Amino acid sequence: MLAYTFSDYAQQVVSGLSSGGVYALLALAIVIIYRSTGVINFAQGEMATFTTFIAFSLMHHMSYWPAFFLTCAIAFAGAVALERVVIRPIEQAPVLTLVIVTLGLALMFNGASAWIWGGAVHQFDSPFSTRPIHVAGVAFSIQDLGIIAVSLVLVLLLWLLFQFTKLGLALRASALNPEASRFVGIRVGWMLAFGWGLAAAIGAVAGMLTAPLSGLDFNMMLTLLLYAFAAAVLGGLESPLGAVVGGLLFGVVLNLVAMWHVVGSSLKLPVGLAVILLVLLVRPNGLFGRTVVRKV
Amino acid sequence: MRAWAARGGMLAAGVVLFFLLPHVVSDFRLFELARVGQYFIAMLGLYVLTTYTGQVSIGHGAFMAIGGYTTGVLVYHRHWEDWRTLPVAALVAGVAGLLFGLPALRLRGLYLALATFAMAVSVPAIIKKWESLTGGSTGLLFATFHTNRWYYDVTWAAAGVLVVLAWIVLASPVGRTWRALRDSEVAAASFGIWVPLYKTLAFGISAAYAGLAGGILVILSLGANPNSFPIQLSIYLLVGVAIGAFASIPGILVGAAFVEYVQVYAPKWVSDSPGIPTFAFGAALVLAAFAATAVSALTIRWQTGLKRGPAKETS
Amino acid sequence: MPLLELSDVTADYGAVRALHGVSLSVDEGTVVSVLGANGAGKTTTLRAISGTVRTSGAITYAGKAVGRSPEQAARTGIAHVPEGRGTFVELTVWENLRLGAYTARRAEFDRVLAYFPWLSERRDQQAGTLSGGEQQMLALARALMARPRLLLLDEPSLGLAPMIVRELFAIVGRLNAEEKLTVLVVEQNANVALDASQHAYVLEAGRVAVEGTSEELRRNESVRRSYLGY
Repeated sequence: MLAYTFSDYAQQVVSGLSSGGVYALLALAIVIIYRSTGVINFAQGEMATFTTFIAFSLMHHMSYWPAFFLTCAIAFAGAVALERVVIRPIEQAPVLTLVIVTLGLALMFNGASAWIWGGAVHQFDSPFSTRPIHVAGVAFSIQDLGIIAVSLVLVLLLWLLFQFTKLGLALRASALNPEASRFVGIRVGWMLAFGWGLAAAIGAVAGMLTAPLSGLDFNMMLTLLLYAFAAAVLGGLESPLGAVVGGLLFGVVLNLVAMWHVVGSSLKLPVGLAVILLVLLVRPNGLFGRTVVRKV
Repeated sequence: MRAWAARGGMLAAGVVLFFLLPHVVSDFRLFELARVGQYFIAMLGLYVLTTYTGQVSIGHGAFMAIGGYTTGVLVYHRHWEDWRTLPVAALVAGVAGLLFGLPALRLRGLYLALATFAMAVSVPAIIKKWESLTGGSTGLLFATFHTNRWYYDVTWAAAGVLVVLAWIVLASPVGRTWRALRDSEVAAASFGIWVPLYKTLAFGISAAYAGLAGGILVILSLGANPNSFPIQLSIYLLVGVAIGAFASIPGILVGAAFVEYVQVYAPKWVSDSPGIPTFAFGAALVLAAFAATAVSALTIRWQTGLKRGPAKETS
Repeated sequence: MPLLELSDVTADYGAVRALHGVSLSVDEGTVVSVLGANGAGKTTTLRAISGTVRTSGAITYAGKAVGRSPEQAARTGIAHVPEGRGTFVELTVWENLRLGAYTARRAEFDRVLAYFPWLSERRDQQAGTLSGGEQQMLALARALMARPRLLLLDEPSLGLAPMIVRELFAIVGRLNAEEKLTVLVVEQNANVALDASQHAYVLEAGRVAVEGTSEELRRNESVRRSYLGY
């Protein structure tokens, strides 16, 4: 560890925040769905990959930002439909059914991605240049900074939505107390579907942010999903704030740990596993979660 | 007792088929059938775990990897005869299952699924890192190979033994305790049953089955390779459990055959894309889950943990 | 024509029948109470109107059929304060009130806070940290935010001290007098309920056993003995 300079650490922290931003977004999507429908959406990553592929195809016909927003809209609409058609009938089903269905969906999206776009790794454009920028003598990648910025902006927008709008309040209410929400006139079913749509759109953004760095292929999200789960669990599965903090923290810690030769970058994945297991065993509510009796 | 008569009948049919098939079916089919057997064994263990103790695992591929690499290491480094390593593979994986099952007791439902998922995704990475033992990314290649008939015989003989073993365990006090647990953990505990022991035991036993299946997989693949044990494998095992929920052992057989043959035929019938088997399995899982929810009133085994009146015997 | 009318309504919880053909009517601008012991079907009656339980028979509100879903009920001007209050305990007082006005065009805090002035100081307090009585008041305030025509109150006195119960029903009385709010209140505390209402029904085992004006019920021997305690 001592062989590294301050510059090395600074770079790893920033790039850690960048990847952490992506984990945070995915973790946020997972938490939103878990809070509202009590389902751990194992398909979150694959849905993100699939929508990123859609963006990829769109970008052959239009420029980046229109394709970006159109993809988010498609992701939103698709997930709303998915929730109404596939998830709604099984909302009250036992755990095994929920796990199997979301896993089945994960396989379907993964398979569809490979089937439609092939198994090769595709190049995905980034709106940010890859030139480095120098701050205090340390070189940072504009792309990393751009990813951090987009992540933060999205999180901010979501926070504004949930805290300050009538819709956001209704979404929160539906997740917290669906029965009372119905008495107040909220169509809880559609709120939950909206939650899925929102989560899918967030996932799409996460996918589009990460694809330029990792290359776009149908297995892109597998490991990312694990890190997102680790972040969500670390932050507390019911806490959106926890998801964001957990994601950023996780990204930075993973990068710093990987600097340690014994671990190296190839063991990042088991470190993710270790975090999940440790948190679940020691403090299942994570850093920010509350003790809630759920139908887990 | 009727249950045993049904089992006896099934076993007899199985034995007959076992000896009959090699004469009816082409040689290469026997190899495919061996692969079906490999899935079957792992799915059987997972089925018992899920259906009898309600613990959902999407990580049994990891136990297959542990068993598989036990076989790989013993054959490659210590020059054991391949089939002799199978009991050891089962044992090592079983112990790993016990070790995992113990802390896993604290996790419920979705959290347990999440933990097993994490385990399954990370195991290939750990295998690749531990190069001295496992040969890293290239894996361990075997020098000897056998006839297809041999693979078929070994796999299905093992499967037969393991099915009978499962029946014995299920009929024993252990199995009865599991059924009591499934109907109500709280009630079982109040009867003085030490719940943790039985739940961990179930994990260990199912892991042992998976480990043995992993050993067979390695033998059939002529070597151990980390790419043989991706997360998809753990999910494919669930396909067997999902279908098995409808018809117990025959159901699991169908599930195992489905998993193997979709992988074989999709490239031939549809296209080469790796996505098609994956997509098909995903669709199968979703459809099976929906069908199960639809017939939930009739299928006790699917609805673990819900009160259903007196526990029935399974075949 | 009464604002609310139930005709021969039956209600089932799965295989169990909770209401065996209940008929009652509520005139606009009146307070009607439904009395009865535990399990008599009082709460189920309200649930039938709200649409959270499966029913057969006719339930008409303002001339139209109602009882399909709580969301529908809320949109047509029925406010239901359920058993256990249904407060959003994790949200603030202000957010609870805001949610009450979900179906309304504007959230008219001032009008409601006039009845519960102390709530304005507690705007940002988490609803779950309020006392039982305060939460019940909050639940009532929230129901009012929607400018309902019909208020359904399910056992408002449950778990509350007598003084708070009196305060609560005093407010209900004011609402009825000043805003012409029609109220259907289900209560185990027959005394308080009869004081606050003009008409009353007594349910026993899912059927209407006695009905009449509150005075008539007060003078009724069996009602006095079973429900009023003297």
